[in-house]
Amino acid sequence: MRGNAFEARVKADGGTELMRLLHERLGGPGEPPREVAVPDLTAAGPEGRAARTALALREATEAGGWALLDHPMLALEVAGSPAYLEPDAVVVHPDGTWTVVEIKSFPMIDGSADAAKVGAAARQSAVYVLALERVAEVTDGARVGHRVLLVCPKDFSNLPAASVVDVRKQRAVTRRQLTRLTRVEEIAAALPEGASFDPERSPADLERAVESVAAAYAPECLSACELAFHCRSRARAEGAVEALGRGVRGELGGLTTVAGVLAAAAGKEGDPADPAVAALRRAAALRAEALEGRAGCR
Amino acid sequence: MTAVFDPGAAAGLATARILDDTLNGTARGVVVDSPPGAGKSTLVVRAALELAAAGRPLMVVAQTNAQVDDLVVRLAEKEPELPVGRLHSNDPDPYDKVLDGLEHVRKSAKAADLAGLDVVISTAAKWAHVKNVEPWGHAIVDEAYQMRSDALLAVAGLFERALFVGDPGQLDPFSIVGADQWAGLSYDPSASAVSTLLAHNPELPQHRLPVSWRLPASAAPLVSDAFYPYTPFRSGTDHGDRRLSFGVASDGSATDRVLDEAAESGWGLLELPARHTPRTDPEAVRAVALVVRRLLDRGGAAVSERSTDPAPVTADRVAVGTAHRDQAAAVRAALAELGVTGVAVDTANRLQGREFDVTVVLHPLSGRPDATAFHLETGRLCVLASRHRHACVVVCREGVADLLDEHPSTEPVQLGVTVKFPDGWEANHAVLAHLAEHRVRATC
Amino acid sequence: MSLINTLARLEAVESGRARPTATVRHRRLTGRPLVLVPLTTAGEAGAPLGALVGTDRDAPRLLAVAQPRDRDLRFAFLAELAEAVLPHIESYADVVEPAERGETDPATGKRVKVETELCVDAAQIVVPSRAGIEFVRLLGRSMRFRRTADDDPDTPYPAPARVPLLGRWLTHYGERARVPGSSLLLACTDLLNRHWATGQSNLEDQHLGALLAWIDPPAGESGAEAALRAELARDAAGQLLCPPAGPATDPDFDNRLLAPAIEKYDRARASLAAAEDGLAADARLAELSGAEREIRALLAGVLRPTWDAVWRGLDLLRELPEGARTEDRWTRDRWSFTAHRDRVRSGEPPQPRRDDAVTAARKLAARETAQAQLEAQEALDDPLVLAGRRLAGEAFIGEVSAVEMAYSESKRPSPRPLVTVRTDERPQLGEGVKIYRSLDGKPQTAQFAGYGPADEEGGAPSLVLRITDRMGRGKEPAPGSVPEPGDRIAWTLFEHDQRGGPQLPDAEETPWTHGGPPGGVEAAELPDPMTPEDLL
Repeated sequence: MRGNAFEARVKADGGTELMRLLHERLGGPGEPPREVAVPDLTAAGPEGRAARTALALREATEAGGWALLDHPMLALEVAGSPAYLEPDAVVVHPDGTWTVVEIKSFPMIDGSADAAKVGAAARQSAVYVLALERVAEVTDGARVGHRVLLVCPKDFSNLPAASVVDVRKQRAVTRRQLTRLTRVEEIAAALPEGASFDPERSPADLERAVESVAAAYAPECLSACELAFHCRSRARAEGAVEALGRGVRGELGGLTTVAGVLAAAAGKEGDPADPAVAALRRAAALRAEALEGRAGCR
Repeated sequence: MTAVFDPGAAAGLATARILDDTLNGTARGVVVDSPPGAGKSTLVVRAALELAAAGRPLMVVAQTNAQVDDLVVRLAEKEPELPVGRLHSNDPDPYDKVLDGLEHVRKSAKAADLAGLDVVISTAAKWAHVKNVEPWGHAIVDEAYQMRSDALLAVAGLFERALFVGDPGQLDPFSIVGADQWAGLSYDPSASAVSTLLAHNPELPQHRLPVSWRLPASAAPLVSDAFYPYTPFRSGTDHGDRRLSFGVASDGSATDRVLDEAAESGWGLLELPARHTPRTDPEAVRAVALVVRRLLDRGGAAVSERSTDPAPVTADRVAVGTAHRDQAAAVRAALAELGVTGVAVDTANRLQGREFDVTVVLHPLSGRPDATAFHLETGRLCVLASRHRHACVVVCREGVADLLDEHPSTEPVQLGVTVKFPDGWEANHAVLAHLAEHRVRATC
Repeated sequence: MSLINTLARLEAVESGRARPTATVRHRRLTGRPLVLVPLTTAGEAGAPLGALVGTDRDAPRLLAVAQPRDRDLRFAFLAELAEAVLPHIESYADVVEPAERGETDPATGKRVKVETELCVDAAQIVVPSRAGIEFVRLLGRSMRFRRTADDDPDTPYPAPARVPLLGRWLTHYGERARVPGSSLLLACTDLLNRHWATGQSNLEDQHLGALLAWIDPPAGESGAEAALRAELARDAAGQLLCPPAGPATDPDFDNRLLAPAIEKYDRARASLAAAEDGLAADARLAELSGAEREIRALLAGVLRPTWDAVWRGLDLLRELPEGARTEDRWTRDRWSFTAHRDRVRSGEPPQPRRDDAVTAARKLAARETAQAQLEAQEALDDPLVLAGRRLAGEAFIGEVSAVEMAYSESKRPSPRPLVTVRTDERPQLGEGVKIYRSLDGKPQTAQFAGYGPADEEGGAPSLVLRITDRMGRGKEPAPGSVPEPGDRIAWTLFEHDQRGGPQLPDAEETPWTHGGPPGGVEAAELPDPMTPEDLL
């Protein structure tokens, strides 16, 4: 609710506030732009809108002035299929630069904001940058800026504040991930016969379908994905050590299950020449000594 | 027409400009980026001598006692009569005993005793305790990129102007407690001294030394591209100027074959089978020790521009580099078991600034199930990959490429913080890709 | 995570209950902590909804904001919060004892001892989780720059009296909470996590309900089962059985229960305003009060379980005896409390929005010192913590097998005895490495002098240490100052006390490298501009 009101405020009056903020942070010297074209981007369906956006970008770049594209639509090929993305806004500069604008509702207090949320916004913007680059490739004089404008409420108010975020690293990471993502057909081919994730299926069927897919769980998934609880119970049932956190595996070497680690620590299993096993046995002995109060000394 | 690169001339020109700015410029600071082996200490010594000769007493700030003593010795070598002050702490053995043999070097724990001497040198930590002295007109701050911002804050009041010299590609300063609340502030106390200096004084002249005299032509392009994207440099020597050969033929083992590869091309990757192992991976540690053993047994001979005769590669010209202290300890133990002595074995932190003919490196990511920020840190890999004059052999388990691919991207972003390049992932990937061309597989 | 803690967690997974990671309590718990359980609306920037606050677990004070968007209601909440918190803080401000402090005399530059006073005890605030601590900081930031009608009669929306003062105290507590080992402002989850290892990850440990379930599960249930229930179980109305410790509410609570109740309140208010006569007004006022009571009951319903959980956590912690050196760290907290009291009394302006260069550097140095101090002190107080250092090779326990007298080579020789120690452990020793042990509560230093003979064939060699201090002034060591054969001693490679960092310049002397002295102090304390749609 609040988020929508904030975004509307930032974009009101043909985007005056937004353009002022952008010009302050990314524009050249002099006054903020007085004339800003705001092309109509309506069209039928996502493909239509994406095409309309591409056209608007081209026209704006040719015109050589400022333009604000409100809720443009961009297409990006992901795993062989087109995905449609909707950034909050894209601004075209007179020199042909295109800047992604992301409007968020978490606050910027005294110039700083929650780093996890800014990171997420940066990753999201990087995807938009990649999608824009596809269009820029076929547009004369166009160049996609790697600095995006992040607009957030200032301190405790509903007034907007903006900060520039350099997304080159996030862009590079996303590009690598996209190239590595196998095509959807390949993913489907790896699934068991008859598996279907159609939400219309019965809960029991869906449960079975989800169960049949291998999961790669880490606790970070809990705040990011709805399936996390399922993957967590799978990981716990398998006794996987990573259920306790990504960093936990590092020192354990080849030991990957809870039972395996505890058996090694108790001296029942494991090669004593393995430094992880030796360290675990020492750790177990030291803990036992301390807990039994035998570690007393001066 | 392609101009032939004349490294001596290029380096000379850069040095002349730096000295001109330092002696005659009006800016309060001059910053010099010095890639590995570019002659940083030579520059510092030269600048100190020229300032002294121009009648401008100066103070020199280095980061460790070893660095301080090294500079004192070099100054005395160049100008034995120059009055030099070595300011030291009250700890036992506060300076290298070698200094006792230098006639014109005065040592004291009190700055007042050394006032008036042409050059006074000490560590940042000691300088921070100096009070109630007249500020020096000039200072030279060595290893300024490894100095933390708050360490500079504690000493900057002691001088009017300074020459800041350091290597931007090596390990950054850090803090064991969180400093996030100041991230993005221009004076973030946990950032490097140079980044704070430039954030407040962006107009300061910045120079770079364009030549590495240490790295061979086989290594400079890789290290420059991977770790110094904005301040590239070139090798001072050409392909063929340096050669490494062995007196004893290869026995066909993977160890010997990777040594041959390294001698031939300057790089070697001894790849062990993929496995997740603890840090002190016994097989990898043994492999590293064996490479050193065979290197010494086979009687390496190094030919370089330093002398016409080949120089034997003795234990003191070889080093082993690791990411962690316990790995270094394990390698030391393995070398002792093989009867090898006199080879330096240390972590990247402690190898900074040092130089060898051949280095053997245990790759920071070898055997790991994941890549943490610590292990991806470019400074670490840069130090490990830039200590050698002839060849570097890397020992690593297969699987690091996959590990890099799977590295998740959930990193937080602090507003206002300049994004730092090179990127850890890119640098690691570039090095690995290059090493893959010189791979010898070992079966364990 | 260290290997020894990983092992503790895996032990917890196997046993079904949390395992101890401490044998003593490493944080001071005062006799009357003030528990504060705040609540904010779900969503990105949460506005305050209410809180439970108090020092008596059976009598919490409920504060509620019936309509979070209403500035007057928000200010009333802040005023009430000030009323609940400030008297508690102030009750400690006047109970003092004489004390000495080291200062640098500006005239001579020497360190001198200054007589001053120190509060005998300090107010302690406990919140449920780290998010609670963040919220305390947020409240502090939002309040401390506000102007009351007294401060500025012309200010358009004066803050209630004492609200800016509360802001300053909360900011101080929020900032102090960043100092390792401090106990002025504590999160219950942090306290519990310090002393126990659960069978789940660090992230899941931030859920107070799940954490308590692991540490103290109900009879007949395993920690894992109880934790899962705490995380996920919902009642017939779809509400979480264990509401989140917050401060953010569960969106289902917001959407299904709270939003309709707030709407009802809004309608009742509008209808009261439109009342045409006294009789109608009375009836509508009764409706309004009813709507308000309903909101209060809803908030109390989600706050009370968290309130009870915090007190339960404190009970569990009080079962542990307090570590010996906790007293020393609490004394530093008392100094911090007293210093802030003095700053407020002397009329100093509120803490600026951003630290200047020197303040930031001072804080960083102080925290690094505090961290090193904390690690050393916890290891010296607690054999289980020492076990972790021993595993890392940073400490070891050894039995003295021989002592050989030796002396320093100087005009007045002092004792430098060589002590041979037998141990199975493998500390990271090297030439000249310094080692410490505790002698009468203070550290005694030794130097590693080499390896000695092994006990038996193929056994580990013994260690030879040279004691270098705390043996008195005579040629012979004072009685009891040198270890004797048979003594079993814990030796550490880390120092027991930390030296303070170097002197930093005063802020007015900030050098050019760091931007020169900070300017515009007045600008720093201007209040935030007020807008119609403020959150806080």
